[in-house]
Amino acid sequence: MPGPGASDAQSDPGARDPVLEVEGISVSLGGREVLGEVSFYLLPGQLTGLIGPNGAGKTTLMRVILGLQAPTAGRVTLAGRPHSSGRRPAGYVPQKVVLDPDMPMRARDLVALGIDGHRFGIPLPSRSRRQAVEEMLEAVDALHLADQRVGRLSGGEQQRVLIAHALVSRPSIILLDEPLASLDLRSEQEVVSLLARIAERQKIAVLISAHEMNPLLPVMDRIVYVAGGRAASGTTEEVVTTEVLSSLYGQHVDVLHVHDRIVVVAGADPGREPRSGA
Amino acid sequence: MGQMSTLVFAPGFFHSGAVGVAVAVGGAVAVVSACVGVFTVIRGQSFAGHALSDVATTGGSGAFVLGVSPLTGYVVLGLAAAAAMDLVGIQRARGRDVATGIVLGAGLGLSALFLYFDTTMRATTGATMTILFGSMFAISSSTIPLIAVLAAVALGVTALVYRPLMLSSLDQEIARAAGVPVRLVGVLYLLGLAIAVALSAVTIGAILSTALLVGPAATALRISRRPATALALASLIGVGSVWLGIVLAYDSFYWPPRGHGWPVSFFVVTLVFVFYLFTEARVLHRLARSRAALARLAARFAVHRQARIQAGG
Amino acid sequence: MFSGFMMNTWIVASIVALVAGVVGFFTVLRGSAFVAHAVPQGAFAGAAAASLLGMNTLLGLGVFALAAGLGIGVLGRSGRHDVVTALALVVMLGLGALFLSRSVEYAPEIYSLLFGEVLGVSRSQVAPTSVLALVCIAGVLLVYRPLMTVSVVPEIAEARGLSVYRMEMLFLVLVALATSMTVPVVGALLMFSLMIGPAAAARSLTDRPLVAMTLSVVLALLTVWLAIAASYLSNWPVGFFVGALGALSYGMARGWLFLRKPLTRSGAITPGGALGT
Ligand SMILES: Nc1ncnc2c1ncn2[C@@H]1O[C@H](COP(=O)(O)OP(=O)(O)O)[C@@H](O)[C@H]1O
Ligand SMILES: [Mg+2]
Repeated sequence: MPGPGASDAQSDPGARDPVLEVEGISVSLGGREVLGEVSFYLLPGQLTGLIGPNGAGKTTLMRVILGLQAPTAGRVTLAGRPHSSGRRPAGYVPQKVVLDPDMPMRARDLVALGIDGHRFGIPLPSRSRRQAVEEMLEAVDALHLADQRVGRLSGGEQQRVLIAHALVSRPSIILLDEPLASLDLRSEQEVVSLLARIAERQKIAVLISAHEMNPLLPVMDRIVYVAGGRAASGTTEEVVTTEVLSSLYGQHVDVLHVHDRIVVVAGADPGREPRSGA
Repeated sequence: MGQMSTLVFAPGFFHSGAVGVAVAVGGAVAVVSACVGVFTVIRGQSFAGHALSDVATTGGSGAFVLGVSPLTGYVVLGLAAAAAMDLVGIQRARGRDVATGIVLGAGLGLSALFLYFDTTMRATTGATMTILFGSMFAISSSTIPLIAVLAAVALGVTALVYRPLMLSSLDQEIARAAGVPVRLVGVLYLLGLAIAVALSAVTIGAILSTALLVGPAATALRISRRPATALALASLIGVGSVWLGIVLAYDSFYWPPRGHGWPVSFFVVTLVFVFYLFTEARVLHRLARSRAALARLAARFAVHRQARIQAGG
Repeated sequence: MFSGFMMNTWIVASIVALVAGVVGFFTVLRGSAFVAHAVPQGAFAGAAAASLLGMNTLLGLGVFALAAGLGIGVLGRSGRHDVVTALALVVMLGLGALFLSRSVEYAPEIYSLLFGEVLGVSRSQVAPTSVLALVCIAGVLLVYRPLMTVSVVPEIAEARGLSVYRMEMLFLVLVALATSMTVPVVGALLMFSLMIGPAAAARSLTDRPLVAMTLSVVLALLTVWLAIAASYLSNWPVGFFVGALGALSYGMARGWLFLRKPLTRSGAITPGGALGT
């Protein structure tokens, strides 16, 4: 895989520095190595897909980046500085957020917590905060939801409010864990194009995890593919190949291009168990 | 050998009728509570279980006022509370604890009123204490048949719905897809719970009722994930705590200051809690075994050894 | 009803309602009704212990309430929350049973600790209750935003550097504080009704968090005032009225929500997303 410098110069003549670098991260959970030697980087204004099957370690990797999970080896550098346990300039939309419909809280209240939810004292009315909240809701096409109870919104609507919550503190990175899971086809396309637009307009690095790469293909600048505890990163053409994925999975897989879609299939010979082939 | 046994069992233990009744009833109640309790813990309804025992005591105080048998009062109000809880939506995870709390609050309010009538009409201030703390040594042997019947009903209901209940406790959606009438099963279970709780509240008091419902089951579920094993283990822990508690309470009459026994409920609750703490230690131990902690320990040990070697020269 | 000694009752009960409304708002938001029941009832055991040893009842209440709250927090890290709460409660009550078995003339005092003695509030109770209330309310207002964040989106809060565990402990301490001051007045069993009923009703009536907290205080005040008046006139225990009014206001709020729902639903229909622009 190409190093940071090479790809940088190629895909982006402005030669921006990576906002986040992950170097040789290994993680063990419950005595088992879940991730080993994972390295990649994120560039501002780019949308990166973190792709891998269920249980591959995508959530774990995001937790390491956020400092919620200590790696057994390796380090994460944010904006050139090794990250400390303090507050980090990364927005986060977790995989499963349950918002109680009985909770007295409007969409705008939840987004406002993204600005100053860590500060002491009760929130006093402030015009600038109100403006920031409404701008952000506007940016995710959710301004009309501002005064609705957030727990009563649909899954896709809650997702957009949570994205606004993550973006409103103006982070340089935003991590979204499986934002497309449990969305119907149209909401899926809406969220994907929304995120691409945000990456471009606000010049922030977007990392989206998904177990299915096809919805992201049209907008993904780079891909980090996790499988078998290891990861490969680069452009889609570089990473999603029979050779690279076979070496990740530790067994032969085929990468098939069908129309505009990419399908990864294990064990081309249908009569054979995938594992016995190794 | 004989001396050994008088050390453990104070004189007269085996000849006391009250002790015999306590051992029999306490053991039966412990088994029923443990079996029902496993489901209570899995379903996350510990609060409901506790609330039912508190509301059942309302029935106890109401029975004092009306002059009917306390057990009747306990069972009637226990069932009424279970129905109310189902109505306000206890079966759904969302808003469950608030719904439970509202029913409990109303029940406790009634309790206050009944006890007020008790004290003003009959001047029996002891009612509060009896109802809250119960007394294992004061179970009248005439209630034993009724207790046995209720225990059998509670166990029977649980056994009847065992499999669909287990399925719907683990995952409602899967159960519903498999054709389990989730609501009906939930209501039947709640009835079993109400009977079990009323039974234990009237015989051994509201405190022990909750302790025996939740403690042994939670402990067992932390040791074994297999339902059948957990049921057996929970019963064992429950019965063990009750019997050991009875022995200690009986013995405590001979502890200084002599002639003043310690309450059974104190011993049983403490034993139940200690059993739970054992599993806590297990959990912590497992955490400490994680690789990071081990590495830290090893590093510290190496530093110590280095220092010792250097000091030793 | 407003004579000299009743004035103390009105003042102290209003302070209690204020605290119950504020702390109750977060209790209901966090789904911690069981904790709100267990900490006061466990603290009752401490009061029994203190009265047995001839010490200040308030001290016993405080120590046991804190022990129950912190115990629940610590054990709750590795165990299920409702289980741990139940166990903490029964252990406290077991200790209470032990202390009570040692005491001789307990019954009336214990009754009032359980069910409240609102009509007999003494002048000496006004000052400590006010101080504790001030500390408690200041505490809640101080941590309002982080506590809210941690309660609503715990994972995101952790990612932003807030400690969910520490906030939880802080919340439990606040509940313990609220308990210590309110139990002598409304009693261990009904302090809890006052925390849950108004707050649960309030959240059905408004969508705004701060308004809900204010409404919760208002409803708690109304509940307490009505309960005292009714208790004064009927001579029935105040706890009965608190419990009944709590359930009533909750029921009415649910009814209101039920009636209002069709309106909200039609308003909630969203224009299809024109996201491509
Ligand atoms: N706390 C934990 N203890 C032990 N194993 C865990 C823990 N959390 C996750 N795992 C394991 O780590 C692997 C990766 O999990 P995860 O990062 O959630 O995968 P993904 O998000 O890609 O679906 C899974 O096999 C999961 O079982
Ligand atoms: Mg995941």
